[in-house]
Amino acid sequence: MTTTARRSRRPRRLGSPNRGGPLVYLLLILLAVYAAAPIVVLFFSALKTPAELSTNPMGLPADAAWENFLTAWNNAGMATGLRNSAVIVTATAVGVCLISGAAAYAMVRLDVPAPGAITMYLLVVTALPLQLFLVPLVSWWTKTGLYDTQFGLVLIYWAIYSPFSTLLLRSYLIAIPPDYEAAARIDGAGELTVFFRIVLPLIWPGVLTAGLIAALQAYNEFLLAVTFIQDSEALPVSISLYSFQQGFTVNHALVAAAGLIMALPVLALFLVLQRRFVEGYASTGLAN
Amino acid sequence: MSVNTHDAEGRARARALPRASRTPRRRTAGLLFLAPLLVVNVLVIAGPALSSVAYSFTDWDGINTPGFVGWDNYAALWGDEAFLNALRHNLVWTLFFLTVPMGMGLLGAYLLSRIRRGRTLFRVIFFVPYVMATVVSAAVWRQVLSPTAGLIPALDAFGVPWVGGLNPLGDPDLALGAIAMINNWQWWGFLVMLFLTAMQSVNPSLYEAARLDGAGRWREFWHVTLPGIRPTLVFLFLMTIIWSFLVFDYVYILTQGGPAGSTDMLSTLLYRTAFSEGRAGHASAVGVVMALISALTIAGYLVLRRRLRWDV
Repeated sequence: MTTTARRSRRPRRLGSPNRGGPLVYLLLILLAVYAAAPIVVLFFSALKTPAELSTNPMGLPADAAWENFLTAWNNAGMATGLRNSAVIVTATAVGVCLISGAAAYAMVRLDVPAPGAITMYLLVVTALPLQLFLVPLVSWWTKTGLYDTQFGLVLIYWAIYSPFSTLLLRSYLIAIPPDYEAAARIDGAGELTVFFRIVLPLIWPGVLTAGLIAALQAYNEFLLAVTFIQDSEALPVSISLYSFQQGFTVNHALVAAAGLIMALPVLALFLVLQRRFVEGYASTGLAN
Repeated sequence: MSVNTHDAEGRARARALPRASRTPRRRTAGLLFLAPLLVVNVLVIAGPALSSVAYSFTDWDGINTPGFVGWDNYAALWGDEAFLNALRHNLVWTLFFLTVPMGMGLLGAYLLSRIRRGRTLFRVIFFVPYVMATVVSAAVWRQVLSPTAGLIPALDAFGVPWVGGLNPLGDPDLALGAIAMINNWQWWGFLVMLFLTAMQSVNPSLYEAARLDGAGRWREFWHVTLPGIRPTLVFLFLMTIIWSFLVFDYVYILTQGGPAGSTDMLSTLLYRTAFSEGRAGHASAVGVVMALISALTIAGYLVLRRRLRWDV
């Protein structure tokens, strides 16, 4: 579905809707202010002292308190959180790409029983609410020792993020003729070789998109992380930040600094890979 | 192996694979390549989901051996004020998300479709909130809406009446609306992107025709743009309803369902019932009801589609 959405873009000059005047830009600027102002406030707040935050809550910081970042980094345990998140996110993205790449390859090119039923199963599974299986899952994970381990959490992410990427990679693979694989097979290559040396490189843009989306979802995920990880040494950064903003006397300036530390990698990645983000997310909206 | 000739997919596959290559080796390989996906899915999703249905008929506490109680958990939900309270909030949430973000998303996308200069910039700005983690945007908004260090004292100092002393997240009358607004801030830019993609694939000759007929902007939007993006519109309507009954993150992070239950949702109720009160059987019943709401929404859509012969 992504590919059709991307290709159907038409030249804009002929026959697009009526052109906009100043009013259109005015409204767009208002909407942009609504979207951007809270992020600007986040930047400002991160650089204020608590005293300044109460006298000047919204404006520019008078004197940038850069030391907030160091204090927040230490007090919120950001180093541990970011390290753990890096492990969890990498394992999630790599695993999702391998699992769903292999499954898409099997469904499109190999001989599987009832491929239609498998696609249907994947669609149903993506529509099932987390809340339906959350409670028994906690009990199963406790019994098997997976509860409160990063691998246990990653295993859940693999399961919930791979149906969507399988459907995404399937659509990429369908668009590619099987000639290269056939040639490799005639040369005597096994299926594993064909998969890693031919198929994955051919659908590489799709793999990158699927991996990027899985990584971002895992990095930002909250409900499963807060449920399945208790050990403060294993917490992902989202839960470090969550714990840091709980409590009765919240230091908003330090929370803002910690929040910015967590958001910066994603914001940087988004600005660099803007197009891939948009395409990937457009497909999450349509492939469900 | 037999190929079902009535199945379009089967036909396509038969074309894609030369006969000689469909050997037993490929069947084994196919199953092996599919196995990781199916194994993790059954282990994490299908298995626990089915056992959740079974547990919903028991008095399970999450640890000890459950005892069968029949329909008791479901019957208890019907008169349970906490459940009905949460359900009401999910309904209000659904109405809010079907109107405010949808309206803003359509407006943003329509405006973007009418400009050329700066389109990418605006699109990036609108989309940035969507890539932020909920814990981060919750932190921003907790400060912006704080009664001591945010927008409210700033507006008060500026001389805006009525706002002094307001505490949106701490006031039972305002909290639900405040959380919905925060979630909307993150959400509407995503809708802009989807609507814009759909609007760009509307057949341009329809706009030409409308213009030749002398249609103004409003009629053009109403008679060309909206019908042109109907599949996306219907799909997002459907998904909004489904997602609105599952909302969890912002409520749990910002208020945990309080103050005084004024923001409690089915998901936060389920979470508390299962993990704080140890009534896992009861919580499973809530989970099954939530899944049924999703299923009914989809079923209703399918019936409508068949009745009205919608091609979406």
